[in-house]
Amino acid sequence: MESLTLTDVEQKYYSDLFVYCDTDNTKKVASNGKVLDLFRAAQLPSDVVLQITELCGATRLGHFGRSQFYIALKLIAVAQSGLPLRVESLNSVKDLPLPRFVVAKNEQEARHTAMYPDLENQGPYQGVIPRPPARGQVKKVSPDTTSPVVSPHHSPPTSPHAWRKHKRQASGGNVERPPVVVAGAVWTPFRESQSGPVVAGDGMWSAHSPPPVQESWVSLKDTYPPSSSKLPPMHLSPVQENSSIRTVASVATANEIQRQSSSGYDDPWKITDEQRQYYINQFKTIQPDLNGFIPGSAAKEFFTKSKLPILELSHIWELSDFDKDGALTLDEFCAAFHLVVARKNGYDLPEKLPESLMPKLIDLDDSAEVPDQAPDVGYSGSPVEVTPNKSPMPSLNQTWPDLNQGNEQWETFSERSSSSQTLTQFDSNIAPADPDTAIVHPVPIRMTPSKIHMQEMELKRTGSGKMASPYDKSLCCLGCRSNSGTSPEGLKVVAAPPPPPPRPNASHSRSSSLDMNRNFAAHPTGPQQSGVVACPPAIPPRPLPTQTSGPHSGHRSDEGLAAHSTTSPQQIPEQPNFADFSQFQAFAASDQPNDDGEKHPESLPVEKSTEGAGPLRTVKIDNQEERAAATAKGSIMAPPPKPVRRRLKSEDELQDEALPPKSNVIATVLATLPSIPRSVGKDKKAIQASIRRNKETNTVLARLNSELQQQLKDLLEERISLEVQLEQLRPFSHL
Amino acid sequence: MAVCIAVIAKENYPLYIRSVPIQNELKFHYTVHTSLDVVEEKISAVGKAMADQRELYLGLLYPTEDYKVYGYVTNSKVKFVIVVDSSNTSLRDNEIRSMFRKLHNSFTDVMCNPFYNPGDTIQSKAFDSMVTAMMVQAS
Repeated sequence: MESLTLTDVEQKYYSDLFVYCDTDNTKKVASNGKVLDLFRAAQLPSDVVLQITELCGATRLGHFGRSQFYIALKLIAVAQSGLPLRVESLNSVKDLPLPRFVVAKNEQEARHTAMYPDLENQGPYQGVIPRPPARGQVKKVSPDTTSPVVSPHHSPPTSPHAWRKHKRQASGGNVERPPVVVAGAVWTPFRESQSGPVVAGDGMWSAHSPPPVQESWVSLKDTYPPSSSKLPPMHLSPVQENSSIRTVASVATANEIQRQSSSGYDDPWKITDEQRQYYINQFKTIQPDLNGFIPGSAAKEFFTKSKLPILELSHIWELSDFDKDGALTLDEFCAAFHLVVARKNGYDLPEKLPESLMPKLIDLDDSAEVPDQAPDVGYSGSPVEVTPNKSPMPSLNQTWPDLNQGNEQWETFSERSSSSQTLTQFDSNIAPADPDTAIVHPVPIRMTPSKIHMQEMELKRTGSGKMASPYDKSLCCLGCRSNSGTSPEGLKVVAAPPPPPPRPNASHSRSSSLDMNRNFAAHPTGPQQSGVVACPPAIPPRPLPTQTSGPHSGHRSDEGLAAHSTTSPQQIPEQPNFADFSQFQAFAASDQPNDDGEKHPESLPVEKSTEGAGPLRTVKIDNQEERAAATAKGSIMAPPPKPVRRRLKSEDELQDEALPPKSNVIATVLATLPSIPRSVGKDKKAIQASIRRNKETNTVLARLNSELQQQLKDLLEERISLEVQLEQLRPFSHL
Repeated sequence: MAVCIAVIAKENYPLYIRSVPIQNELKFHYTVHTSLDVVEEKISAVGKAMADQRELYLGLLYPTEDYKVYGYVTNSKVKFVIVVDSSNTSLRDNEIRSMFRKLHNSFTDVMCNPFYNPGDTIQSKAFDSMVTAMMVQAS
């Protein structure tokens, strides 16, 4: 082929045109249709066109390669400039204007309407399709349809760029879409040839605004700002020619375009008024009430007609059903419809709902204004988080799903929302709560009711051992307020029906220590045998006093018989006394009678105390302490013998030692103990005896202490084992 | 925090299963499958009081040396199973519950979609993104 030198502008222009014509991306224009249309648009006589094609070599090749195409274009320019068509003129002619392609007004419409047959052919909704404007509405639409025409008025060379851009954009989507969109954007090539099918298609169309047209406009608007910056000074003369025709319309549309493009990089998701009106009409067909909902099933049928894949429809639904209620409001429906249309035109669905499609509780008039506030909305749209600030949420239920829709940065909020759910759960749980537990401030009530309450409490406590403690506590509180004194005591009395503390002999011994000392001053009762003493103190010693008391009474008739007789009945029920008696008897038999008076009263209480030492050790100790305290004022002699006895007794019980030697020891000990009030002259002995007694007391107490500590250790071990068991059980309670 | 998240239908076939380390996916599939037995056991344990008193969160189904498996059952017998790496910081029970709550909410949203046929595998992008967010946190 002949070499062809093109200027940069020409190069660009030709390449754009070539790309436009090269629908198959095969780097060669196989079909002559578009090329012929293009050539025809050049407003050249057909024979000239034929000549051109012949010259460029296409007829030889049968198709237009890139070079042939360029040559052809150049020849067109040559022909348009009126120069003779010569191959040599390709390079010789300098400053050749670009080939011009004319677009007429009716061709625009024809072109647009030609788009729709494509849509029809591809099987979109029958009857539901966004219809192009009917002839009757031409005038209404035309101002808008002229916008793409007028736009090149500002920067005409953008059209090839637009073509190229649309090609690239559309390549991501369906292949069949691009020519539709591109065709919409390109106003040059279509001519009368298109009017034929257009006429046929017109009959089918009703008066509806054409969203695809909008899409084409949108696409144009897309490419506007970038392309406008690239080639501002270029102008197509035919456009200038046509501009005179459309001056009036252009002004209005120019303003609109200026307004729309002034927002920077456009929002391709804006719904224009006509689109919205169309959507509203469609909404009415399904749901007459504009404030009502379209149920999910109806919406599903409606959108299934668009023949989009279910997956995409599902995604569109997810985007558009803003409040996640399974139904579409008017705004949601418009958004969904818009997304469907966009998808059919080859736009990829965004990940998040674009701001302009967010359902807003505003009038339709404002719908065009609000999107203007979104300057940076691209295909992905603004993040969902922005919407609560910008778009007024009609109801609270929209804010919550909005928050839930958020991504990681909203996790805390979603936590809050979920916690709000838990709060509601708590609310539902609190309601049926026990009103008694809710009582915090017990109301002071009168005596009688409180008594009734108390009786109830008592009954409950006694009847069922396990009443709900808060209930009881509340009643207790009720009772407590009015009866501060009685109720706790009553509770105590009721709550603790343990057997009364056993009558410690020590008490008697305590009370009777002095008495015993006095009473048994002259009771020489020898210590009984160990067997007798070691027996369980309850019964066996009983006959002893009767036995002993007899001889006692017979023995001590001279001294303190009366006292003895008086005390013997007292002593009869008491166990240690019997043993004391027996011991005293032994004492009396073996030992000095002098000390009997002293020993007996001493041993008696001691025996008394030691008898019960085994089972009643602790009580004895208490009593011993009491006694110690009580008798501290009294004779000093009294306490020491008792511990002595007890000590001996405990030893006996623990070690099973023979009592007689013990009793002898006791006797010897007692023998050495002079009574303090009597022994004035025996201070040394008394002191020694008291020292010894104190030491013995200490040992006894130490032993008791050790035993108690042992008991304490055992209890602690038990407690620890229980706690361990509890710990083992505790982790399972979580699951 | 999760290593694997699965949604199992009433008939015990998976509606959705996703695991983070892609190479061990089969192992997690097997783990989830075996955990279904434990889920069934826990469901049937209640007996008379059907769904009323049975709590949706089942808790720890069973632990292995590497990971723990948690379960959650909806009232329509759709099961959610989360497999968590044990070496990870021991997650509190509340966190697991919140994860299940989010899963349940997203699943409900998927169900509300009229284009979703119950029984189909879940192909919702929103659901995917929510699950990925839950799993990406771990790594």
